[in-house]
Amino acid sequence: MGNLIRAVLVLLALALPAAAQGQDAFDAALAGLAGNFNQQAEAVERLGALGDPRAVPVLRALADGRLLKRPDGGGVVQPSEPAPPGAEPVRVNNRVRVALRGALGRLQLVSPDPGERLAAAEAVFRSRDAANAPLLEAALARESVPRIRAQMELSLAASRLVADDGEAKRAAVFALGATASTDARALLLEARAADPGLSAEIEAAVAAIDRRLALRRAAETLFQGLSLGSVLLLAALGLAVTFGVMGVINMAHGEMVMLGAYTAVVVQEALRGVPALLPWSLPLSVPAAFLVTALVGAAIERGLIRHLYGRPLETLLMTFGVGMILQQAVRTLFGAQNRDVTSPAWMQGTLTLPGGVAVTQNRLWIIVFGLAVLLAVVAAIRLTRFGLEMRAVVQNRRIAATMGIRTGRVDALTFAFGSGVAGMAGVALSQIDNVSPNLGTGYIIDSFMVVVFGGVGSLAGTLVGAMTLGVVNKVLEPWAGAVLAKVAVLVALMLFIQRRPRGLFALRGRAADA
Amino acid sequence: MTTNAAAHHPMTRRAALAAGLGAAALAGPSIRPSFAQGAPIKVGVLHSLSGTMAISETALRDTVLMMVEWINARGGLLGRRVEAVVVDPASNWPLFAEKARELLQVAKVDVVFGCWTSVSRKSVLPVFEELNGLLFYPVQYEGEEQSRNVFYTGAAPNQQAIPAVEYLMSADGGEAKRIALLGTDYVYPRTTNRILRAFLSSKGIADADIMEEYTPFGHSDWQGIVSRVKRFAGEGKKAAIVSTINGDANVPFYRELGNQGIKAEDIPSVAFSVGEEELAGIDTKPLVGHLAAWNYFMSVQSPANDEFKKMWSAYIKNPRRVTNDPMEATYTGFRMWTQAVAKAGTTAVDPVREAMYGQKVDAPCGYAEEMHRNHHLSKPVMIGEVQADGQFNIVWKTPAAIPAENWSPFIPENANRRRG
Repeated sequence: MGNLIRAVLVLLALALPAAAQGQDAFDAALAGLAGNFNQQAEAVERLGALGDPRAVPVLRALADGRLLKRPDGGGVVQPSEPAPPGAEPVRVNNRVRVALRGALGRLQLVSPDPGERLAAAEAVFRSRDAANAPLLEAALARESVPRIRAQMELSLAASRLVADDGEAKRAAVFALGATASTDARALLLEARAADPGLSAEIEAAVAAIDRRLALRRAAETLFQGLSLGSVLLLAALGLAVTFGVMGVINMAHGEMVMLGAYTAVVVQEALRGVPALLPWSLPLSVPAAFLVTALVGAAIERGLIRHLYGRPLETLLMTFGVGMILQQAVRTLFGAQNRDVTSPAWMQGTLTLPGGVAVTQNRLWIIVFGLAVLLAVVAAIRLTRFGLEMRAVVQNRRIAATMGIRTGRVDALTFAFGSGVAGMAGVALSQIDNVSPNLGTGYIIDSFMVVVFGGVGSLAGTLVGAMTLGVVNKVLEPWAGAVLAKVAVLVALMLFIQRRPRGLFALRGRAADA
Repeated sequence: MTTNAAAHHPMTRRAALAAGLGAAALAGPSIRPSFAQGAPIKVGVLHSLSGTMAISETALRDTVLMMVEWINARGGLLGRRVEAVVVDPASNWPLFAEKARELLQVAKVDVVFGCWTSVSRKSVLPVFEELNGLLFYPVQYEGEEQSRNVFYTGAAPNQQAIPAVEYLMSADGGEAKRIALLGTDYVYPRTTNRILRAFLSSKGIADADIMEEYTPFGHSDWQGIVSRVKRFAGEGKKAAIVSTINGDANVPFYRELGNQGIKAEDIPSVAFSVGEEELAGIDTKPLVGHLAAWNYFMSVQSPANDEFKKMWSAYIKNPRRVTNDPMEATYTGFRMWTQAVAKAGTTAVDPVREAMYGQKVDAPCGYAEEMHRNHHLSKPVMIGEVQADGQFNIVWKTPAAIPAENWSPFIPENANRRRG
C-alpha cells in the first residue's frame, strides 16, 4: 500500500514538470499576444510551433478581431472565458496577420474538417517555411481527399524549395513547374534570387508555367471584355428603345439608370426590418426599379416629350434639363454621399472555372443579367401585342392610327418601357459602380456610343456593338493604359461612323427612311 | 461662479442648474445686439456641393459653417459677427475661378476656405494673387507651390506620401520591393508619383520594379488593372500598391480588390485620398488591413479630438457622419485664422498674413501644429489600417509633428530653390 502510494507520487513528480512546462510555454506565448506588434508576431509563431490544439480558438479569435485584452494589462482573455468589463479587442497589423495565417495553417493541417484542411494547406503554401515539411509529410500520410492531397503536395514542394536539401529542392522545382499558378511562379523566382545554383531548372519551370498562363490570361481578358460589354449593353438597352426605336434624343437616360440604382437602395432599406428577405433584396429590386422608372418615364413622355416630337434640338435640351432636375432632386432627398447596396453573398468573391480561369462572381452575374434583359426586350418587341403596335407605329404612324392603334398611348408605353429597362440596368450597376446622384452621367455617352455604333434601331447591333467595344477596350488597356484605351476606342469609332454612318447593323427599307 | 456655488452647497444643485438655464435663455437673444458695432466679417466657402467631388467637399462646407457658428457663440471676432458666404463651383474647375472672383469682388469676403483637388486650386490661384485675397486650402497635395495668398493646412509629400512608402518597405509594413503606383489622371497623382519614383530609386528600387497606371476621374472598371497588379506581384518579390486614386473611383477599386481576393497580407495597399468619409459608402470587411496615410484619423485619442468630434456630432445631428483629415485641417486652419485676426486686430490680408506666421493650435491630431513662413503647417504623419467598422486603427505614427517640405528635394528642378 505504502509502496503503491510512493510509486504514484514518484510518477506524479516525474509527470508534473512536463505538463507544467507545456502549460507554461502555452501561457507565456499567450501573454505575448497582448504585447506590441513584434511580440504578437513572435507569440503567434510560438503558438503555431507548439502544436497545442488549445491555440486554435485563440488564434482564430485574434484573426477575426474577437480576442479581448484585459484592461488591467494581465494578458488576453481566452475565448472560453467570460469577457471582463472594459476589455478591448486586440489589434493586429499585417505582419501579425501573415504570422497568424501560417500558424493557423500548421495547426489545422490535421483538422477533421476537409474545408479547414484545404485552407490550411493553402496557408502553409504561402508561409514558405522549411519547418513545415515534416508536418506536411505526416498530414499527407493520412490524407485521402485528392484535391487536398494535391494542394498539400504543392505546399510540401514549396516548403522543400526553401530547405537546404539540394535534391529535394530540385524535385520541388519540377513539381511547382508542373502547375499553372502565379503563386508557384513567384515562389520559384524568389528561390532563384536566394540560390542561383538552380537557376537553369527554375527558368525552365517558370517558362512552362508562363506557357500555361498565357492561354488562361487570354481567356480572362476576354471575360473582362465581355463583362465591360455587358455593362455597356445594360446601360444602352433602354436607350436602344427610347432613342433607337422612338428617335427621342433622351439625355435623361442616365438619370433613369440612376433612379433604378436608388430604388435598389430604398428596397434594401425597406427590407432591413425583414431579415429573411434581406439576401433577396437585389432580385426584388429589379421589378421595383422597372416599375418606378417606367412610371417616371411615362410621366416625362406625357408631360413634356410628346409636345416636342419632330423637334430633336428642343427635345435634347429639355431632356438634359429634366436629367439635371432629377439629379438634384435625388441629391436633396438622399444626400450627396454615395449609398451602399450590399452585394449578396452569392455575388461576392471569385469563381474558378475548369482550366483555372478565375472570374469574379458579380461580373459573371451581370453578364447573365444583361443577356436576360436583352432576351426579355427582344421577346417583348417580337412576341407581345404591345411590341407589334410599337413596331407598327414606328414604321408608319398614320397607317397605324387608321388601323385603330392609339399611337399616343403606344408612345407613352414605349418610352416607359425603355425607361424601365434603364432602371433595371441601374440595379445591376449598383453592384459595380457608386450609387450617387451623378451615377448616370458616366454612362450617357457610352450608351449613345453603343447605340450609334451598333446601328440605330437594331437590338442585335446594340448587343454586338456593346460586346465589341468592351473587348476592344480591354485588349487595348494593358498596352495603352485605361485613359488612352478609351481615347483610342473613341477615335476608332469616329472613323467608323465616317465610313458607315448607319452603324454596324443598318436598317434597310422603309423603316430606315421613316 | 455657478460651479462654485454648486460645490459649496450640494443641495442647491438644482437651483444652480435652473439659474444656468435661465442665464442661457437670456444670453440667447442678447448675443445679437452685442454685435451691433461694425459690419459682419465675411468668410467665403468655395467647395463643390454637386458633381463628382461633392462626396468629399460637402463635409468641408459643413465644417466651415460649424466653425462660424462656434466663433459667433464665443462672441464673434473683434466684436463683430462672422458670416459665411457659400457658393457652389460644382466640381467644374474653371467655375472655381469665377466663383472665387465673385467672392472677393462682389461679396467682398475677408477670407476664403475652399478647394479640394489641385486642379481647382491651380484654377483659383491667379485670382487670389491678382486681388490679394486669402485662401485656406485644407487637403494634402503634391507640393511644388507656395503662394503668399494661400495657407496650406494639409500635408506636403514629405508629410504623407514618403513616410507611407517608407512604412511599406519596413519590416512592419511587409518589406515591399515592388511598388504599383495607381492614380487618377491629373496633376496631384502625377506629381506625387514623380516624387515617389525619385524617392524609390534613391532607395535602390529599379524602374522595372515600379508599375504606374492612371485612370480617368470616376473610373469604375478596375478588373484589368487589378489583375495586372496581381501579375506584377507574381515576380518573386513582395509587392505593394500606392494609391493616389481620388474621389468616388475608390469604391469600385476596393470592391474589385475584395472580389479578386487580394488580401492585405499578400499585397498591402496604402491610399492617400481615402478617409473615413470615403469608406462610409463601402463594406469594409474584405479590406481589413489595407492602409491609408494621413495626419489625422477619427480614431486618434486626444482631448482636442474628443472636443472636435463632440462639436461635429452636435452640429451635424447625425451619429453616422464621421470626421476626417481634411475636416481637421479646415478646423485647425479656421482656428489659426481667428487667432491671427485677433492678434492683427483687423481682417486686412497683409497684417493677417504676418500674424499667421508662428500661430499654434492644439490640433485634434493630438499635436500642436505651427504655421511656418513657408505657409505650411508642421504635422505628424500617421498610418492607419482599415477596420471592419470603417474606422482606422493607427499602426504607426511619427513621434513629433514634422515641418513641410513643399519643394520636394526629389524633384531635380528644385535643387537651387530656397527652402523654409
